[in-house]
Amino acid sequence: MPDHRLAVSLHQDDPIPLDVEFSCDPGHVLAIFGPSGSGKTTILRAIAGLARPAHGRVQSGGDTWTDTDAGVFWPPHRRAVGFVFQEYALFPHLTALGNVMTALGHRRRPERRARAAELLNAVHLGGHDSKRPRELSGGERQRVALARALAREPAVLLLDEPFAAVDRAVRRRLQGEIDSLRRMLRVPLILVTHDFDDVVRLATHVLMLDHGRSVGYGSLSTLTSRPDLSWLHEAVGPGSVFEATVSRVDIDRGLVTLAFDGGTLLAPARQLAATTTVRVRIPAREVILATSAPTGLSLHNVLPGIVSAIHDDTTLDKAIIQMTVGRILLLAEVTRDAISKLDIKVGDHLHALVKSVSIEVFVPDTNASSVGPHFLDHTSHTVRIT
Amino acid sequence: MDWSALRVSLWLGAGTIIVLLPFGIWFGRVLAHRHFRGKLLVETLVTVPLVLPPTVLGFYLLVTFGARSPLGQAFQAVVGQPLPFSFEGLLFASAIANIPFVVQPIQRGFEAIPPDVRDAAACCGLSPWQRFLRIELPLAWPSVLTAAILTFAHTLGEFGVVLMVGGNLPGETRTLSVAIYDRMQAFDDRSAGIMAATLLVVATVTLMATTMLSRQVGSRRA
Repeated sequence: MPDHRLAVSLHQDDPIPLDVEFSCDPGHVLAIFGPSGSGKTTILRAIAGLARPAHGRVQSGGDTWTDTDAGVFWPPHRRAVGFVFQEYALFPHLTALGNVMTALGHRRRPERRARAAELLNAVHLGGHDSKRPRELSGGERQRVALARALAREPAVLLLDEPFAAVDRAVRRRLQGEIDSLRRMLRVPLILVTHDFDDVVRLATHVLMLDHGRSVGYGSLSTLTSRPDLSWLHEAVGPGSVFEATVSRVDIDRGLVTLAFDGGTLLAPARQLAATTTVRVRIPAREVILATSAPTGLSLHNVLPGIVSAIHDDTTLDKAIIQMTVGRILLLAEVTRDAISKLDIKVGDHLHALVKSVSIEVFVPDTNASSVGPHFLDHTSHTVRIT
Repeated sequence: MDWSALRVSLWLGAGTIIVLLPFGIWFGRVLAHRHFRGKLLVETLVTVPLVLPPTVLGFYLLVTFGARSPLGQAFQAVVGQPLPFSFEGLLFASAIANIPFVVQPIQRGFEAIPPDVRDAAACCGLSPWQRFLRIELPLAWPSVLTAAILTFAHTLGEFGVVLMVGGNLPGETRTLSVAIYDRMQAFDDRSAGIMAATLLVVATVTLMATTMLSRQVGSRRA
C-alpha cells in the first residue's frame, strides 16, 4: 500500500495570514483547533486545492499537489481528497445515491451504482438511496457527505467542523463512527474544530492555531501536558489527556481501575468492560500536590511523581506544575503562594492527589464502532485506495 | 389576420432565444462567479437596454451597423444581409435588446448556488466542464428557463426597435405588433383586434407555462 503521509507547509500574509507546518500519518487524526477566524478552514482548502497559498507545499505520499516554489499546483479535481464540508454541501438536485455516485468518476460506469449503495449502507443509510438532501435530517445529510467523501477513495480525509450542525446525541454517534473510520481507512484524517470535546475524543495529534499561526503542534498527550500553553488553558482549562486501559471493574464498590503508563487510577464506574481503551483527562485544577503521601483521606488516587517543569503565569496568580508520573505527564494548577510554601523546584519528588470523581473518562462509542466491521464486510475486497 | 406577421413574430422570438441563450449562460455565469475591475460598469451596461427607449437603442444600432460603417459592412459580410430592413438584422437587434432579460436572471441563478456546493463538486473529482454540466447548469436551470420565456414574451411585444431597424416589410420584418399598428393606421380595427387578441393569448399562455414549469421545478427541489 502506498504511503499516504500528508505533509503541509503554508505561509502567507494575505488574504488570511497563515504560518503553519505539519504532517499527518495514515491512521492518525490531526485536529486543527482554534477559535473562529483563525484560518482553520483555509488550511483545509489549501490542502484540497480550493485555495492557492502564497508560499507553501502540500504533499500526499509521493505526490506533490502544491509547490509554490516549483510552480506546481494540481487543480482540486485531480487531488484524491475526501472533503466533508461544514454545511455538508450536498448536491440538492441529486438523490443520496446520486450524490455519492458523483464522486465515483474514477470507477467504471457499471460499478458505480452498486458501490454507492454499498457506501450508503456502510454509513447506515441503506433505504435512503432515493431521498434528496432536503428529505434528510442533519445527521443523515452528514452521513451522505461522509459517504461521498469516502467514495472518492481519498488519500486524505478532510472534515470541516463536521459536528457543528447536529445535536449532542447525533454528535456522539458520529464521533464514534469517525473514530472507527480512522482505524480502518489508513489515510490521514484532518479534523477542523473549535470544540475541545472533538479533540479529546478523536484526535491523536493537535495543531493549535491562533490568527493563522501555529501555537502548538504535537501528539494529544504531549500538547495537553505542556504547562505553558496559556491559550489552550484559557480556552478549555489546563489538564493532561492520556490513554488508559480498564484493568478491573469493581461493581460492588462502583469503581473501575484504569491502568496507564505509570500507575493506576480509580474512577467511578461507568458501563465499562475490562480491556476497553479509554482516554482520561485530569483537569489541573483538580490536582492537589503533597510532599508526602497523606493518610486519613477519602482519596483513592495518590500518584508519586517528579516535578518536570514549572510555568509561572504572571498574568494570573497561579502557576502550572508539570509532573512526570511513570511515563505520563500530569498538570497541576496551584497558587504561587503554595509553591513558595512547599518550596517546589524542578526535580522534587511529590505526590499528586486526584479525586476519583474529577477524572474525566472518554469512552469510544461502542454502538457506533459497529460501523467499522460492518463497513469492512462490504468493502474490504473492493477498497482500492489510489 | 396577418399570418406572415405572426410567423415572423414567432420566428423572431425563437431565434432570439437560440442566439442569445448560450451567450447569456456564459456571460451570466462569468458575472456571477468572477470579480474583475469594471464589473459594475459591465453590469450597468447589461441593464441599460431595459431602461432605454427602444427608439434610442434602434438609433444607435442603425448608426453603428449602418451600411456605410465598418461594423455594418462586417455584419453584412458575416450574415449576408445588411442590418437595416432584414430579418437577420432584426434578429441581431432583438438579441441586443433582450440582453438584460437573459443575463440578469441567469446571473442570479448561478449566484444562488452555494460556493461550497461548487467546491464539493471539484473535490468529487469533477472537471470544470463536468461541474458545469452536472451540477451548476441543473441547479441554475429554472433561471435559464425564466430567461428564455421572458425573452420570448418580450420579443413578441417589441415594437420600437422593430420599427426602427426592421421597418415594415411583409413576411420579412413585419411582426405582429407592427402589423397591429399598421392596421390601426388603415382604420382596419377588426384585423387589429384579432391580432391583438392573438398576442394577448400567446403572452398569457407563455407566462402561464413559465409559472407552471418553475413551480414544478421548485417543488422537485425546494
